[in-house]
Amino acid sequence: MTALGKLFRTTTFKLTLVYLTVFALFAAFLLGYFALNTRRLITEQITDTVNAEITGLSEQYRLGGIRRLVVVVDARARRPGSSLYLVTTFAGESLAGNVTALPPGTLDNTGWVETGYRRLDEGEAGEHPEHHALARVFQLPGGFRLLVGRDLDERERLYNIVLSAGRWSIAIVIVLGLAGGLFVTRRVLRRVDAMTETTRTIMHGDLGGRLPVAGTGDELDRLAENLNLMLERIEALMRGLKEVSDNIAHDLKTPLTRLRNRAEQALRSAKTETEYRAALDSTIEESDGLIRTFNALLMIARAESGQARENMSEFDAAEIAHDIGELYEPLAEEKGMTLRVEAGAPAPLRGNRELISQALANLVDNSIKYAVPRDASNGEPAQIVVRALSEGDRIFLTVADSGPGIPEADRGRVVERFVRLEQSRSQPGLGLGLSLASAVARLHGGELTLADNQPGLKSVIALPRGGPVQIAG
Amino acid sequence: MRLLVIEDDRDAADYLVKAFREVGHVADAATDGDDGLAMALGGQYDVLIVDRMLPKRDGLSVIGDLRAKGMETPALILSALGQVDDRVKGLRAGGDDYLPKPYSFSELLARVEVLARRRAGRSEETVLRVGDLELDRLSHQVHRGEEEITLQPREFRLLEYLMQHAGQVVTRTMLLENVWDYHFDPQTNVIDVHISRLRSKIDKGFSQPLLHTIRGAGYMVRDGAR
Repeated sequence: MTALGKLFRTTTFKLTLVYLTVFALFAAFLLGYFALNTRRLITEQITDTVNAEITGLSEQYRLGGIRRLVVVVDARARRPGSSLYLVTTFAGESLAGNVTALPPGTLDNTGWVETGYRRLDEGEAGEHPEHHALARVFQLPGGFRLLVGRDLDERERLYNIVLSAGRWSIAIVIVLGLAGGLFVTRRVLRRVDAMTETTRTIMHGDLGGRLPVAGTGDELDRLAENLNLMLERIEALMRGLKEVSDNIAHDLKTPLTRLRNRAEQALRSAKTETEYRAALDSTIEESDGLIRTFNALLMIARAESGQARENMSEFDAAEIAHDIGELYEPLAEEKGMTLRVEAGAPAPLRGNRELISQALANLVDNSIKYAVPRDASNGEPAQIVVRALSEGDRIFLTVADSGPGIPEADRGRVVERFVRLEQSRSQPGLGLGLSLASAVARLHGGELTLADNQPGLKSVIALPRGGPVQIAG
Repeated sequence: MRLLVIEDDRDAADYLVKAFREVGHVADAATDGDDGLAMALGGQYDVLIVDRMLPKRDGLSVIGDLRAKGMETPALILSALGQVDDRVKGLRAGGDDYLPKPYSFSELLARVEVLARRRAGRSEETVLRVGDLELDRLSHQVHRGEEEITLQPREFRLLEYLMQHAGQVVTRTMLLENVWDYHFDPQTNVIDVHISRLRSKIDKGFSQPLLHTIRGAGYMVRDGAR
């Protein structure tokens, strides 16, 4: 596509053309209306003048007869810029006046007539072009006829001036409009081209690129700013994805290797059916573990990508706290801990019930897994407290334990996928529980914070009551 | 039991057919949606096992067509999409249960047997009995012999579900879904602890245990004397 062709195909240019047509039509209409009205006005003035003169002259005739009329007409006819006069006998013989070369029969009928003529003082025909006049033929008593008229050239000249003014202004409108349109279009096109260029480099893999923002705050700037925000989000997601795939590669290869080794080992050295059976059992167990890891990863990915937003409903967070507490209480008891739920007042919330339940379950599960059954200092059984609290426009789901806690320096890190602290390596687990809880909190526009329970760990999921707020433009 | 497996992966279909036959069921396989629909309409099957993604006609539309024609054969949907809303979509389309891939055969078998039994309409009874254990669904009372057993509400629902499916294997995920209404993996096996609590209430002190652990599969309430 040529540069000009591209220019013509832009929306701006097409809009310019539309506006141009509308304005040109409007100007034409306005000037045409003006021209017609001017013409009508001049015609009216002529008829008024002529009528007045005829009244005056017939008064002279009434007072002094044809002699007086001839004298007055001769006098008036000689004045510069005078009207046109002609007095004839009944036979058509000219008695006085300044007009000649009227078409034959002009005087036969009384009333208004538009006619060609020549002035007497202009000499022979052919020297001057014929003029046009608007005249009135009047029948005087006694058989005489009187013609009074005004030249029409003035009217035509004015009419023509207006018409040519109209033509010119339309031409100027078109030229200026086109030029302006092209100018604006080129400006817009340049910025859009710059954006397209940046988008292309981004598409070629440079996710760090950002659209240029001119700083004028106009609609293109707002578009660019929003696109930049989107790019930032995409970049963050991509970074997350890359991290995950790196982690997956690392953390799944280990169990896969173990799985393979075990199968190989069984093939090589198992002799009895019992030995084969044991090898197969452990293979299934290992692959079940892998499936769990995959499911947890998928769940986190889904929560992070925001897909789970569709399944939002209204529910009571206090009820969730009671349900999860009830689910885990026997397990805690079996491990020699006490689990208590403190959630009296209802804490209504909008969110994904299943995901929030799972996030809370993960926190409780963590506390049970890592809390030391009996408090070393006083020998009391370790306590786990699950709370649901409504405060302002936020809901807090808290799990507090009296276990070893997490050192402050590690608190940011443990939320990441597959991160397990050295002390916990011996415990079963995937290292994904906190990641999921954090992803679920963020999905709902909230956050997961880990704090010191003095002693122990206090994990808090803070959620906005109304569910995730859409990012406003 | 007559089963129809509609699954486009021939290996997976063969594996399932073979495994079902080994445990004493009759199983056929179809490898695309159109064949599956035709066979389901023609054959007298007790349960359909339908893969969600199928060539020619997808699994949900097979089930939808069957339901539209008035066929109420229970259908279990197998799918690689394991999320909660996919499950909801599957159940809304007329499926009776939903199992995400990869699944274990014991889980699938347990669910299929429950579906087949549900069809027989046993769950409407108001008093459930297994051996000398009796559960009254209206008065919420549980007796073993002459002795009254006090259960927490959740324990009652757990026992009710187990007794509804007496003689059938019930897996941990089935319990989590049907008694707690959770569809996630709680990592630690919390269900086992609930079962052992329940067991201590209904079996402790009685010579004949009723609540059995089925290794590698789940649990079963059964009158051992029979």
